[in-house]
Amino acid sequence: MLDKIGIAKRIAKEVKDGYYVNLGIGIPTLVANYVRDTISVEFQSENGVLGMGPFPYEGEEDADIINAGKQTITTLPGASFFDSATSFGMIRGKHVDLTILGAMEVAENGDIANWKIPGKMVKGMGGAMDLVASAENIIVAMMHTNKAGESKLLKKCSLPLTGVGCVKKIVTNLAVLQVTPSGFLLIERAPGVSVEDIKQATEGTLIIKGDIPEMTV
Amino acid sequence: MIRKTVADVKEALIGVKDGMTFMLGGFGLCGIPENAISELVRLGVKDITCISNNAGVDDFGLGLLLQKHQIKKMISSYVGENDEFERQMLSGELDVELTPQGTLAEKCRAAQAGFPAFYTPAGYGTEVAEGKETREFNGKMYVLEQAFEADFSFVKAWKGDEAGNLIFKGTARNFNPCMCGAAKITVAEVEELVPAGGLDPNDIHIPGIFVQRIFQGVHFEKRIEQRTVRSRN
Repeated sequence: MLDKIGIAKRIAKEVKDGYYVNLGIGIPTLVANYVRDTISVEFQSENGVLGMGPFPYEGEEDADIINAGKQTITTLPGASFFDSATSFGMIRGKHVDLTILGAMEVAENGDIANWKIPGKMVKGMGGAMDLVASAENIIVAMMHTNKAGESKLLKKCSLPLTGVGCVKKIVTNLAVLQVTPSGFLLIERAPGVSVEDIKQATEGTLIIKGDIPEMTV
Repeated sequence: MIRKTVADVKEALIGVKDGMTFMLGGFGLCGIPENAISELVRLGVKDITCISNNAGVDDFGLGLLLQKHQIKKMISSYVGENDEFERQMLSGELDVELTPQGTLAEKCRAAQAGFPAFYTPAGYGTEVAEGKETREFNGKMYVLEQAFEADFSFVKAWKGDEAGNLIFKGTARNFNPCMCGAAKITVAEVEELVPAGGLDPNDIHIPGIFVQRIFQGVHFEKRIEQRTVRSRN
């Protein structure tokens, strides 16, 4: 089974040379730490920066340079700043190659819910609805089940949707799955996890074709 | 040169009244119009609608207006950092319209650029699209969203000149340029106000035509919401 860092490491392998990548808050943010340094990648933050670098050294924080999580950041050579409309133009106009974000639920048709739990304080969708409605390559990073042990990979989302039919791939603590017209196609098992374990933890239709390899992280 | 300078924030906010709709730039606490917010608190205007990506924190930014119960309605994309906001929202004192962030930015830019409405894929099939016109283009579904209408835009820039030309710094740019010229009156506060000719026209992010009033701001606190650093070792 993978921990959050393991999920981030596995997703990092999906990042290809020349990609502009938008990372959501939570596990997706960790992905930046594990992208191999032999490839050229630029990270976009929707508040208006491309070419995000690591956190600043203590004493070098700049209140005017933050990421979408409101954390102080630095920029790398080749970086640029821009306004919010331009930023979402990049996203809506499909100039960003890969979007990695967290989710509360994903349905077997690619629907995603990650912004609202009825009856609880709603904080808002931020940029999530724009990202999922536009990106062609969306990977969801999440735990396979919720804190109550219930599957987060469902036939149909129970929570209010963030977007419809948009998720392509899901990396969880148990597996890598691809969303296909007939359901969740199991691609890889996490180390030490059996196909049976994944079946047990998946409420939506799970497609198992042949031997499922164990992932290397 | 058409001069846009006003003496101070008091003069800049002349005409602000109860019940008006304001746009306020900023992302979190980054690039917010601190001077205009302080003056709105001092003026005590009530029942206002604020268009702003976020709602500040309890004791800074728009949180200061929430404390005084001056805001009737917030139009934002994310409001998670403010306990007083949550209390007023749950008790029904505060009306909140949550809008996808890119749609929020585009509703500002549309107002600036003279578009009454636009189609976006964001929110299609979700509750954000409820009651809105939808339409298919090239096999994909889109939602019709309308431009904002606002009385004042309050923006913050890094540098500005007497002609109202603006330059922003870092990610403090965010919604500020989109809101310039998107309301009846745009008020810009800047960290450094220079005479006309003091800025290279090549460097201008927002031309002064979009700005009606500009002033040199004072006491910018520039509070950091999440101070994250790495060790040198």
